[in-house]
Amino acid sequence: MGEIIVVTSGKGGVGKTTTSANIGTGLAAAGHKVVLVDTDIGLRNLDVVMGLENRIVYDLVDVTSGNCRLKQALIKDKRFTNLFLLPAAQTKDKSSVSPEQMETLAKELKEEFDFAIIDCPAGIEQGFRNAIAGADRAVVVCTPEVSAVRDADRIIGLLEAAELRNPKLIINRIRPEMVKRGDMMDISDILDILAIELIGVVPEDESIVISTNRGEPAVLDQGSKAGEAYRRITRRIKGEEVALMNLDVPSGLMDKLKKLVGLR
Amino acid sequence: MLEFISRMLGKESASSKTVAKERLRLVLVHDRASISPAMLNRLREDLVKVISNYMEIDEAALEFNLLQDDNEVALVANIPVVKMKRDYAAKA
Ligand SMILES: Nc1ncnc2c1ncn2[C@@H]1O[C@H](COP(=O)(O)OP(=O)(O)OP(=O)(O)O)[C@@H](O)[C@H]1O
Ligand SMILES: [Mg+2]
Repeated sequence: MGEIIVVTSGKGGVGKTTTSANIGTGLAAAGHKVVLVDTDIGLRNLDVVMGLENRIVYDLVDVTSGNCRLKQALIKDKRFTNLFLLPAAQTKDKSSVSPEQMETLAKELKEEFDFAIIDCPAGIEQGFRNAIAGADRAVVVCTPEVSAVRDADRIIGLLEAAELRNPKLIINRIRPEMVKRGDMMDISDILDILAIELIGVVPEDESIVISTNRGEPAVLDQGSKAGEAYRRITRRIKGEEVALMNLDVPSGLMDKLKKLVGLR
Repeated sequence: MLEFISRMLGKESASSKTVAKERLRLVLVHDRASISPAMLNRLREDLVKVISNYMEIDEAALEFNLLQDDNEVALVANIPVVKMKRDYAAKA
């Protein structure tokens, strides 16, 4: 019996799709049978992040409305034979799927797969309710900004109201040099406020843009820092204890000066 | 002299992350205070139950509200007491 993990955030553009693609690919690379489900109906993106946009025939709405069978809509990944994508419909709207239909789909996915990673759309409306409907666990993504943390707080409340307890937090796009000079909230600031368990910290990293350009998730790039962060997150999802990545920046002249006059 | 250096190094003005954190703290007090009427009702019932252990109150005239202004949220309750219960423990 597999597990359904929803990746959500409230605020748009904080890295849900990037995170879904990397966690899903990471789990597949570790040998698990995985399906990525894009529930962002009308704004599908997971297909391009995965580099699978040319293979789509059927979509999520075709499956939930009975136009085709699940097997017909699943797209095989290029890299792993145990990784699949169920793409979102592009020409319909969010109301073309209901939470009940998603629950039915979730049951079917659990029979077939070890993990289903659900990429949730931004917002707290029907798309969000659909995405969380069949989920067993939730991962909340936020960036170290006031608006993103605020929205994450709201989402955590809504997840709990929907009985999806103990969501795990991913802090994305952290910039160690800004944290160091006190111009970005750090991990403990955010955990202090949200009071949920951390499952990973992903640095701001150009390699995410490059890997998205290519349609190759960064988790497969051994030289990528964000990729390393996602490899660790993948292992934590499987229940392993893994230390946080070291994101310290080497100390510069100013730091030495501050230390000298006793400011640090 | 030390003060001058420390100001130059940016210790004096609050760092922007401190500002961010304080603003978040305040905004979340407000966000989280917008609790559902159902929850407010449960809280009200629980309060009545606890207070009734100690005194008889006029439930019909009870006022109960979450008030918000810019800096804080307060739970304001006006609970008319009809009769105090006898405090046996004090006599013993
Ligand atoms: N760690 C990172 N470093 C650099 N760029 C990043 C990082 N994470 C995400 N991005 C970039 O931010 C943009 C938004 O990411 P993504 O599409 O994953 O967000 P999203 O939450 O799915 O957005 P939406 O709410 O629109 O679905 C993308 O262009 C992505 O490449
Ligand atoms: Mg997305």
